[in-house]
Order: sequence, then C-alpha cells, then structure tokens
Amino acid sequence: MSLHLSHDFGVWVAALLTLFIFSFLYKDNPFYKFAEHLFVGVSAGYYIILNFWTVVVPNLWDPLLQVFSGRAGAPFAASLGDYRGWLLLPGLLGLLLFTRLFGRIGWLSRWSLALIIGVYAGLKTTGFAQGDFVAQLQGSLQPLWGRGLAADLSAVVFTVGLISSMLFFFFSREHKGALGAVSRVGIVFLMVSFGAGYGYTVMSRVSLLIGRFQYLIGDWLGIR
Amino acid sequence: MKREFPLFVTAAVGLFMILSFFVPHQAVSVPADFLQQSAVIVVAFGYVLGGANVLRVNFDGIYRRRPDWPYKLVLAGSLLATLAIGAIEGRGFQSEGTRFMWIYDQVYSPMSATMFALLAFFIASAAFRAFRIRTLEAGLLALAAMLVMLGRVPIGNAWTQWLPEPVRLQGIQEWIMDIPQNAAKRAILIGAALGVMATGLRVILGIERSYLSGED
Amino acid sequence: MGALRSLEKLDRRWIFLVVGLLVLFPLLWPLDLPLYVSPPVQAYHDAIAELPDGCTVLVSCDYDPASRPELVPMTETTLRQLFDKRCKVVATVLWNGGAGLVDQVLRGVGEEKQRVYGVDYINLGYKAGNEAVMVLMGQGIASAFPRDNSGLPTRGFPIMREVRDYSSFPLLVSISAGYPGTKEYVQQVQGRFHIPMVAGVTAVSAPEFYPYLQTGQLRGMLGGMAGAAEYEKLRREKGTATQGMDAQSMAHVFIALCIVLGNVVQWTRRRRDAA
Repeated sequence: MSLHLSHDFGVWVAALLTLFIFSFLYKDNPFYKFAEHLFVGVSAGYYIILNFWTVVVPNLWDPLLQVFSGRAGAPFAASLGDYRGWLLLPGLLGLLLFTRLFGRIGWLSRWSLALIIGVYAGLKTTGFAQGDFVAQLQGSLQPLWGRGLAADLSAVVFTVGLISSMLFFFFSREHKGALGAVSRVGIVFLMVSFGAGYGYTVMSRVSLLIGRFQYLIGDWLGIR
Repeated sequence: MKREFPLFVTAAVGLFMILSFFVPHQAVSVPADFLQQSAVIVVAFGYVLGGANVLRVNFDGIYRRRPDWPYKLVLAGSLLATLAIGAIEGRGFQSEGTRFMWIYDQVYSPMSATMFALLAFFIASAAFRAFRIRTLEAGLLALAAMLVMLGRVPIGNAWTQWLPEPVRLQGIQEWIMDIPQNAAKRAILIGAALGVMATGLRVILGIERSYLSGED
Repeated sequence: MGALRSLEKLDRRWIFLVVGLLVLFPLLWPLDLPLYVSPPVQAYHDAIAELPDGCTVLVSCDYDPASRPELVPMTETTLRQLFDKRCKVVATVLWNGGAGLVDQVLRGVGEEKQRVYGVDYINLGYKAGNEAVMVLMGQGIASAFPRDNSGLPTRGFPIMREVRDYSSFPLLVSISAGYPGTKEYVQQVQGRFHIPMVAGVTAVSAPEFYPYLQTGQLRGMLGGMAGAAEYEKLRREKGTATQGMDAQSMAHVFIALCIVLGNVVQWTRRRRDAA
C-alpha cells in the first residue's frame, strides 16, 4: 500500500471542505459553520443559474425571440410543442411570482400558484389512481392455490397481510371485536414492513459514508 | 380577483388535466401540453424566486448584525459569485472545464455528499441510544430490521452458507421483502392513493384552499 | 456489570469513531466476502439483455451528488451493458443538483466504450417541472428538451432523428434518488404510455417499489449499493459498489450489535432501579 497525494488544487479544496463538515461529529465549530454557509450559498446560486439557462432561456426566451423577430411566422398560430406568442402567458405568470417579495401586491402571485397547483393536482390525481390504486388492486388478485405448497402459503400470508393492513387504516369504526383482531394482525405486518424499511435506511446511510471515504482514500490520498 | 380568480384557475386547469388523461383528441391534448409547458416555466421561475429570497433574508441579517452575521456574509458572497460566474459563462456553463463546473465538482458536489454521509454516524448512535424494545411490536420491528440488515449484505450469506438456501439469511430477507413487507407497503400505497385522489379533488374543487396563504 | 454501567453514559462520539474505523478498514484491507445475486437484480439485467441490439433506450438519471455512491455505479454498469449491445442512449435529468454529475458519468462511459456524443448517446440535461416534464415528453422529447446539456439545439443531433416520444423506446431505465423519479415515472408514464420499465433506486426508497415489481410495472430493480454490487457481479465488473460491500457488512453488524447492546444496557438499568 502506498500514498500518492493528489496534485489537483480542486481535489484538495473538496477534501478540506469534506473534513470541515466531518468535524461537526466532534462538536459544532467555525470550520463546519463556514462550510455549511458556503454550501447553502453555492447551492442557491447553482439552482438559479441552472433553471435560468436550462428552462427560462430555451423554453421561453428563445421561442419568444423567434416569434417577435418575425422568424417564426404568425405569432399566435400554435401547434403541439410550438406555442409561440402564447408563451407570454407563462412568462408573465413567472414574473408575477416575484410579487411575493412585496407585501402589498403579493396576492398577484396566487395566480401563478393557481396554475401550478391546478396542473399538479390534475396530474397527481390521475397518476395515483392509475399507478397506485388500479394497478395495485389488480396485482393483488392472485391465485391462492395450485402453485406448490410454498408459493400457496406465501400467497395466503400476502393476502392476509394486505387485507389486515388495509383494515388497520379504517378509522371510521372503533377497533373492537373482529375489526380489532384483524387490525392487530395488520399491525404485525406493518411492524415487519417498518423494520425492513429501517434496515434499508441503514444500508443507504452507510453507503453514503462509504462513498466519501472512497473519495478521500482514492482521489485525495491516492492510497493504492 | 384575489381569491376567486385563482380558485377558478385551479379548478379549470385541474379538471382539464384530468380530462386530458382520458381524451386523446388534439383539442384537449394541445392545450393540456401547453399548460404543462407553462407549469414547467413557472416552476423554474420559482427556483429563481427561492434564491432571491435567500439573498434577501441574509442581507437583512448582515445589515442588522444578527448573530453569525459573518457566516451570512460567506453565504451571500458565495451565492453572488456563483451567479456572476454562471451568468458570464452563458449557455455552455455546464461544458467541461468551465469555472462553473469547477464550483459544481469541487465545492457543491463534495459538500452535498458529505452532509448526507454524516447521517451514517447518527443512525448508529441512535440505534444504541434510542432504539428501545418495550413491546412485542417493537421487538418485531427490531427483528425484521436485523434480519434485513444482515441478510442484504455478503456477511449474512457467509455466516449461513451451511444452511439450505431458503433458510439462509439472504433467503429469509428476500421472503420478508417479497411477502409481509410487500403486503403492508401495498396497503399503505393503496391508502395513500385514495388520500391523494381525495385531496386532489378537494384542491381542484376549491374545498382545500391552504395554498392561497395570507389574508384577503 | 461494570462494563454495562459505563455503557449507560457512553459519549456518542465513541460510537462515531467505531463506525468510522469499521467502514475505513475494509476499504483499505478488503475481506472479499462473496456476493449473491438477488432476483430483482437478475431481472433488471435480463430486461436489458433481452433488448434488440442497436435500439434506443431512454435513461432518466434523477439524482444528485448526495446519492453518488449508490446510483453512479448502477448508472455506469447500465450504460456499459447498453453500449455493449450497441444500443443508443438518450439521457435526461430531473434533479437540479444532478445535471453536472450525470454528464460526467455519461461522457466517462461513452469515452471508455468509444461511443460518439450525438450519434450513440445524448444528454438532454435538466428540466424543472417534475411530473409535468414526464408527461410533456409523451408529446415530444425534443419539444420538452429543445436544447441539450451543453446548450446546443437537440434536433440537430443524428441520434434524435428517429426519436419522437416514448413510443421510440423499447425500455425506460429510471435511476432515481426520490422525487421526482421512479414512482412518478410509474404513475405518469408506465401506465399511460405502456413503456416497459426498470429502475435503480437508493436503498432508503427500495422497499416502497416492491409492490411495483410484483405487479410487473417494474420489470427489475436495483436497490442501493448492494443492488449495484450484485449487478457489477453479473457483468463481471469490480466497481466502487463491490469494493464498498465489505465496509457495508461491517457497519451493519455493528449497528445490529448497537440495537441489542443498547437494549441490554437499558434492561439491566431498569432491573437495577426496580431492585
């Protein structure tokens, strides 16, 4: 095993910032605070620039410039994917969002929010209905026998778990008697599910740490 | 105009988007596509607004010399520097070798990754100090967690290699994920779908108005 | 008993130190523990292997640098498998923090496999809008992404000549860290446009996608770094995911021990207080 320190200034900057953030594990300190604030500032600047050059300019500015410089034909003759002068509407709504920063005319931003909320409410309603409701109910209708003992037992356990877990979330009646008994079975399945989720969460968090150590060992210290 | 017009817009746009799911005719699909394009553009403006708000809040903190104001200076300075570099670099700001991409590769990317890497330490500490098994249900949760944690990594299979495949830790872990975990997750998915559909319809029909925050 | 008493007041920084060392040592001195390929990973690999050679595939990489250790190895191995089949790749990014990272990954593997940008693969870059972008792509990929990641007009590239909308792709590969990502693609695209789909996801979100696997909405799935490592094994590669699995094993054993030990310590303390 040998050490080959990186000669790249950028790698040293990245490594030092990484160590500044790790220093929080000992206790809060000025190095961590500096790195934290630097991160927030750079992130905010990055998001603004990214959205400006990848959405506002190509999807709004460029088409409008083409229309009003006469290169695109009739300004309001729209077709699928080519909305020409109609793009003035989202442009105006986008600018109206900034009225939130000024108290007295802040209510104008609600018009922009109304468009966003309407589009996403519509998309989410149909998306969840199709992908999470209909398809999942369809997939739950499986044969409970005829595929071998192990598969049949698993199918029965699955169906019992599904029905009991769904009934646990039925709060219109008190969980007493038969409903109470079934709900308690549902709790067992839900606890197993949360435990599995916890196990996978641990795996995910540890993976992130492994990634940083791989960077420090490999790219910065060059240990081979 | 302050409340009624936005409610009308939400209702009209929302219902139109639902209609577009069922009607492929271009009289519906072209306006629906335009509405989605518009939403994409307005959301992008929203990110710019968010950044402007961060600047406003931090400039205020610097001006009033609030505690930690030197750090707010670092924040505002780095934000403005990133903005300036990105603006100067133009459309090709993400091309290889640009100063903007240097900031992304050596400042944003490593710090973003490290912030989340800290969680590994805290999850271990919480497992020792806060994970308390006081009931049967908590015990089940812990047992499932440990079986999945050990079964998902190579060491679990190495320890139980001498057992038949279905009862090795890997096999048990797979059965837990495919059957009981799957059943409960599906129940949660279906329940959540019902909730989202109900909330979506409430928002579209104007019953749910919390997004119109503020007076008036 | 004295040891258990001292554990009651244990400073959590000792736990941090042990975690750090247990992750560090296997990275420096690998244990080479054997990997076992799970069925969802095998299904992911097979779904790509069954594609016709030379077809065009949509790969949506929706993550940022925070998920790099889990999702970049998956992306790289997926791209290698696709390029080995001479498939063309159209990549999109729906997470604003991921645009630069995905471009590096794509170009890195593209150069390794000697593929030409704009002919064999293209990075359409980032677009804000979450689900709205996904549905927008259903009407036209080029109109949703008029410019690529470098700011050049999309329609000018040879690879985009035969790409219209989702019907141009026999498979959608979604590699995602959360919202927007795989779940939204299943809801908005898979059902509506009937495009077969496979997914690579972070471990924290993997359990919620098992229902989609069982219904066939997802043909295969890679879950977290373990899934990426198993996929590397299938492809006979030894990437960063495989190298990380020994450290993962040690950390998991330690955390399982923490759960047990923490409860033993609490139980003995309660018994002592009751007595």
